[in-house]
Amino acid sequence: MESNAPVIVVKPSKGWISLKLGELWEYKELLYFLAWRDIKVRYKQTVLGAAWAIVQPFFTMVVFSLFFGKLAKVPSDGIPYPIFAYAALVPWTFFANGLNQSSNSLVGSANLIKKVYFPRLVVPIASVISGVFDFILAFLVLLGMMLYYGIFPKANIVWLPFLLLLTLTTSLGVGLWLSALNVQFRDVRYTVPFLTQFWLFATPIAYPSSLLSQPWRTLYGINPMVGVVEGFRWALLGTDTAPGAIVLVSSLVALALLVGGAFYFRRLEKSFADVI
Amino acid sequence: MSNIAIKVEDLSKQYRIGAKQEGYRTLRDTVTHALVSPFRRAQKLLRGQAYGAAELDETIWALKGVSCEIKRGEVVGIIGSNGAGKTTLLKILSRITEPTEGYAEIHGRVGSLLEVGTGFHPELTGRENVYLNGAILGMKKAEIERKFDEMVDFAEIEKFIDTPVKHYSSGMYVRLAFAVAAHLEPEILLVDEVLAVGDAAFQRKCLGKIGNVAKEGRTILFVSHNMVAVRNLCNRVIWLDKGTVHQSGASDEVSYAYLRESVKVESVKDARSFIASLPPDEIVQLEAVDIRQDGETRELMKNGKPVEVEIRYRVLRRVHGLRVYFDILDEEGNILVRTYHDDEAELEEVMVPGRYCSVATIPANLLAPHRYIIRVCATIESSLEDYHCCVPGGVSIPVQFQWTSKINHSRPGARIISKIQPLIGWRTQSIAITAEHEDAYSRPCGEPKRLGG
Repeated sequence: MESNAPVIVVKPSKGWISLKLGELWEYKELLYFLAWRDIKVRYKQTVLGAAWAIVQPFFTMVVFSLFFGKLAKVPSDGIPYPIFAYAALVPWTFFANGLNQSSNSLVGSANLIKKVYFPRLVVPIASVISGVFDFILAFLVLLGMMLYYGIFPKANIVWLPFLLLLTLTTSLGVGLWLSALNVQFRDVRYTVPFLTQFWLFATPIAYPSSLLSQPWRTLYGINPMVGVVEGFRWALLGTDTAPGAIVLVSSLVALALLVGGAFYFRRLEKSFADVI
Repeated sequence: MSNIAIKVEDLSKQYRIGAKQEGYRTLRDTVTHALVSPFRRAQKLLRGQAYGAAELDETIWALKGVSCEIKRGEVVGIIGSNGAGKTTLLKILSRITEPTEGYAEIHGRVGSLLEVGTGFHPELTGRENVYLNGAILGMKKAEIERKFDEMVDFAEIEKFIDTPVKHYSSGMYVRLAFAVAAHLEPEILLVDEVLAVGDAAFQRKCLGKIGNVAKEGRTILFVSHNMVAVRNLCNRVIWLDKGTVHQSGASDEVSYAYLRESVKVESVKDARSFIASLPPDEIVQLEAVDIRQDGETRELMKNGKPVEVEIRYRVLRRVHGLRVYFDILDEEGNILVRTYHDDEAELEEVMVPGRYCSVATIPANLLAPHRYIIRVCATIESSLEDYHCCVPGGVSIPVQFQWTSKINHSRPGARIISKIQPLIGWRTQSIAITAEHEDAYSRPCGEPKRLGG
C-alpha cells in the first residue's frame, strides 16, 4: 500500500522546468472533455450553427476571387483561382481560429485555474484541437469544390495528415506563447486580431509563393504557414510546386515554436493562479 | 516511511498586492512613464518575472512559516478568520499555486474541492456537466460512468438531467455540483468552505457524506467557518491566524478557543445587527436577544441581583424537540452553565409556527465579578427529526458582572478567583473543650449557631 502511493512534493520551482509530458498524458481524458465542450458550446444559440465553420473561409474565398483573381489577375499556379484560394483558406482558418482561441483560453478558464489543479497545458491544447471539427466541415466543402472543378488528388494526399499536424503545431506553438503572455498582459487579446491579419497577407493565400525566386522561396518557409499552404495545394490539387524544402523549413520553425512555447508556458505557469 | 499523509514544513506564500501609485505630477511625467514602462515590463517579461500589468511592489505574506503533519486517516479542520491563509494553504497543497518558500510532501492521490461546480457550463445539460466536471476533478470516464446513477440520485434531479443547467434553480445547480464532488474518491481530500452553499437539509446531507468518507479511513483537510461541523467531523483542528499556526490540537479545545477570540459582538446592541446578519434558517429564525437587569438592558450587571435573558425567535414550521438554550462561558471558553428552555418539560415539545419569546432568569449571587459570555443557540434534538443547529456558532454576548453582594465585605480588595460564586451557607461555632462537652466532638454541629450569636 505504502509503496504504490505516489508522493507529491510541493516546493517553489526555479527557472526552466520540465514539461511533465507523462502527467499531461494522464490527463488526456480532460483534454478530450474540454475540446468536446468547446465544440458543443461554440455554436449554441446561433441560427446558422455549425455552418459558421464554412461561412468564414468560403466568403473570404469569394472576396479574394473577386478582387485578387478577377480584378488584379493574380496568378494561381495553373488551377482555378477560387479553389486555389480556398485550399489555402481551409488550413489558414483552422490556424487563425486555433491561435485566437488558444491565446484567450487561459484567461477564459480563469475559474478553473484558480480552483483546480491539472496540467495547465491542457487548456490551450484543447482549444486548438477543438478547431479540428470546424476544419473537417470546411474541408468537406473543399472536397465538393474539387469535385466541381474536376480535380482529383493523387498519391501526394497521404501527406495531408502530416500537413494538418504541422498546422496544429504552428497554431499551438504560437498559442502557447500568447496564452501565457495573456495571463499577465491582456494587451495580447488586442494584438491577436492584428497579428492574424498581417500574417494572412504574409502567407501565400491570395497569391502563390512561386512569385518568389530561389533561395527566397525556400526561406519564405520560415513562416510555417507558407509550408502548410503550399503543402495543402500540392497534396490536394496537385500543383507542380514541389514544396518539399519549404515544408521542411516550416516544420523546423514550427517545432521550435512549439517546444520554446511549451517551456516558456511552463515557466510562467506557477504565477497563473495568482495573477489571472 | 511512516503513516504520514501530509507533511508541511515552513511553508510560506507571498502575494503581490496592488501598486503604490506614484502620483503623476506633470503631463510630461505621465507621457514619459507611458513610453518607458512598456520597455521596462518587456525586459522583466523576458526574464520571466512578470507579475501582471501593474507594477506590483507591495507584498503580503498570506502564509508565513506554517509547519504541520497530518497522519493517514486523520480528519483535520482548518479554522481562522478571513484572510488567515486557510485557502492559500489548501491551494498550495492542491498544487494550484506554488509556495514562495518551504516544502510540503503529500503521500497519496489528492482530490481538492475548493469550490463546487468548477467548470460547469450553463449551455450544457446536467449529464454533460457531470462528465465535464468529473474529468476536471480528476475522475476517469469509466469511473464517472460507474457512479453516474448514484450521483444523479444524490442530487435528486433525475427529471432534469438532460436539461441545460442554465435553466436549473440555484439549489439544483449546487446539488448536482456537490453530487459530483462527493463521489470523488481520493486518498486525501482537501475541502474548502464548500458547504456554505445550498439549503440546510442539503448541507446536512453533504456533511453526512463527508463524515462517511472520513469513516472509510481517508485523510481529510477541511476548511470551515462552521464550528459545529468542524467539531463533529474533525479529530484535530489547526487554527491559522495571519498566515501562521496560532494553535493546533483537539478540535473541541481549539474551536472553542477560536470562538472565544472571534466574538464579534461587544454588547447587546451589537447583537442585534449580528442576529440580523445570521444566515436564514428554514426551521427557526432567531430574532432578538436581550439581557436585562432591573428591567433594563445593560452590560454591567450587579451580581447580587437576578439577570434575565430574553430570547425571541420565530418558528417557521411545526417542529418536534426544538431546544432553545444558552451557555454561560468564562473567558477561557469553559462552559460553566448550559440551560435549555425545556429543562423542566416532561415530554418532547411540539411547536407550531409562530413567534415565541423565552425568558430565563439567572439567579442572583451566582456569578463572580468577572467577564462572561452568554452564548445563545437553538437546536433540534428529536427522535423524529434530524439533528439540526439553527444558529450555527450561536450568538455570543459578553457581560460584565460587578460586585454588590455581601460576600467578602470584610476584604473588599481581595481578588475572587472562582468563576461561580453563589451564596453558600456557612455556620461556625465555638466548641468549649470541657469534660461535660467531650461528646461534642462526636456530635455533628447542631443548630445553625453563628459565631458570637
